[in-house]
Amino acid sequence: MKRIQTIETRDLKKSTISGGCGECQTSCQSACKTSCGVANQQCEKCLEKK
Amino acid sequence: MIHQYKLNGYNIVLDIFSGSVHSVDEVAYDIISMYQNKTKDEITEIITEKYSEVTKADVKDCISDIEELIADGKLFTEDKYADLAFDFKKNNTVIKALCLHIAHTCNLNCEYCFASQGKYHGERSLMSLEVGKRAIDFLIENSGTRTNLEVDFFGGEPLMNFDVVKEIVKYARSIEKENGKNFRFTLTTNGMLVDDDVIDFANKECHNVVLSLDGRKEIHDNLRKTINNKGSYDTIVPKFQHFVERRGNKNYYVRGTFTHNNVDFTNDIFHMADLGFTELSMEPVVCSPDDPYALTYDDLPVIYEQYEILAKEMLKREKEGKPTTFYHYMIDLTGGPCIYKRISGCGSGTEYMAVTPWGELYPCHQFVGDSKYSLGNIYDGVTNKEMQDNFKLCNVYARPDCKDCWAKLYCSGGCAANAYHATGSINGIYEYGCRLFRKRMECAIMMKVAESTDKF
Repeated sequence: MKRIQTIETRDLKKSTISGGCGECQTSCQSACKTSCGVANQQCEKCLEKK
Repeated sequence: MIHQYKLNGYNIVLDIFSGSVHSVDEVAYDIISMYQNKTKDEITEIITEKYSEVTKADVKDCISDIEELIADGKLFTEDKYADLAFDFKKNNTVIKALCLHIAHTCNLNCEYCFASQGKYHGERSLMSLEVGKRAIDFLIENSGTRTNLEVDFFGGEPLMNFDVVKEIVKYARSIEKENGKNFRFTLTTNGMLVDDDVIDFANKECHNVVLSLDGRKEIHDNLRKTINNKGSYDTIVPKFQHFVERRGNKNYYVRGTFTHNNVDFTNDIFHMADLGFTELSMEPVVCSPDDPYALTYDDLPVIYEQYEILAKEMLKREKEGKPTTFYHYMIDLTGGPCIYKRISGCGSGTEYMAVTPWGELYPCHQFVGDSKYSLGNIYDGVTNKEMQDNFKLCNVYARPDCKDCWAKLYCSGGCAANAYHATGSINGIYEYGCRLFRKRMECAIMMKVAESTDKF
């Protein structure tokens, strides 16, 4: 595409099928302790694949 | 829903419900912004008038590309996750993480401490080994088929009860294999009692360590004082440097808090980097608006600018071969969380709980001391089912204020404790925090776009 570059991302719709194992880190447990966000968390399954 | 923004020379379009990220030129940026509200003829007229070099055929091509993305589910994707959010969390009955309040006491007297100088508005208290071991058993018993279990040694200052920390870890390690579990320990410390014994232990046993440092000496010492009212910077910095040097490639964060006193907090982050730390976190203070160091709405433009400065500087340092990690800019677009994680929230009160020194359970560390939020204890389990149900129903779709927010699948609805303190309801939002979160996400994604498009 000439004017649009799509960055590679995880397809969230597809993850309704592959996701939900719950092995990932709890959001607040790693560093913040006073706020919440999930975007900076890793998928455990994806980590294993790497 | 889409979100469009311009930052650092990039025109970025986020497709919220597919998670797609697009980097576009000015023409495509404008066409996408009009696509759902104007006809193709109207779009063509507006674009060819605004951009003299763009022909009708160019506009047609761009619209065709947009339609291809829509067909591929990468643009204007519809939200079909609301039902999943309620069902998933309602059926989720396992606990996978505990925050152990090893010590409700502290050897620092930090003014902004949400735990009221470590005592959580109660009496000074240390967790016994018996309570700690029972907490480990409780976690295993309630963790179902989950393998990875997280335990955070928290306080107050956990190293004021270090012998119990070591014995709890020893106990957990002795039973994890037979139970098919893998414990990941985190130690959060202010550094005052760090010595070689602590470093050896943490580097062997702890998956992560969180080292509290606010940045520049004058900033750190202003609020992080010893009981004798002296600054703690000079004591802890050499200890942290030694700690990190010996940690190798294991996880750690040097974590600070910024307040109204240092809204130019990037100077504190760069100071941390200049001290040799590379894994960094800096959190906005959460406190009463009446506190003198509370962040104000007038601070917001400065803070936004600071986040941009940070992102640009990090890209520069990365290019120079001196990369740093900022906790809130860590975003893995291909290996990030699945949709279930993104809609169900932080897990407080359901898969994550805090344990007081005497074994009482709370939804998370920030609710400890607020007796109406007590969920039960590690001996009898969760007995306050009504309260737990409130947390089970708490997700991004349960928060009316999140309905139209583009960042909802990046934050999962935000912190229940912050929402409660700001609005009186765990289903509210801490609106000030939301503003900061959205800015951080824009910066984090811009960095990924910059890295992907090799423009920096």
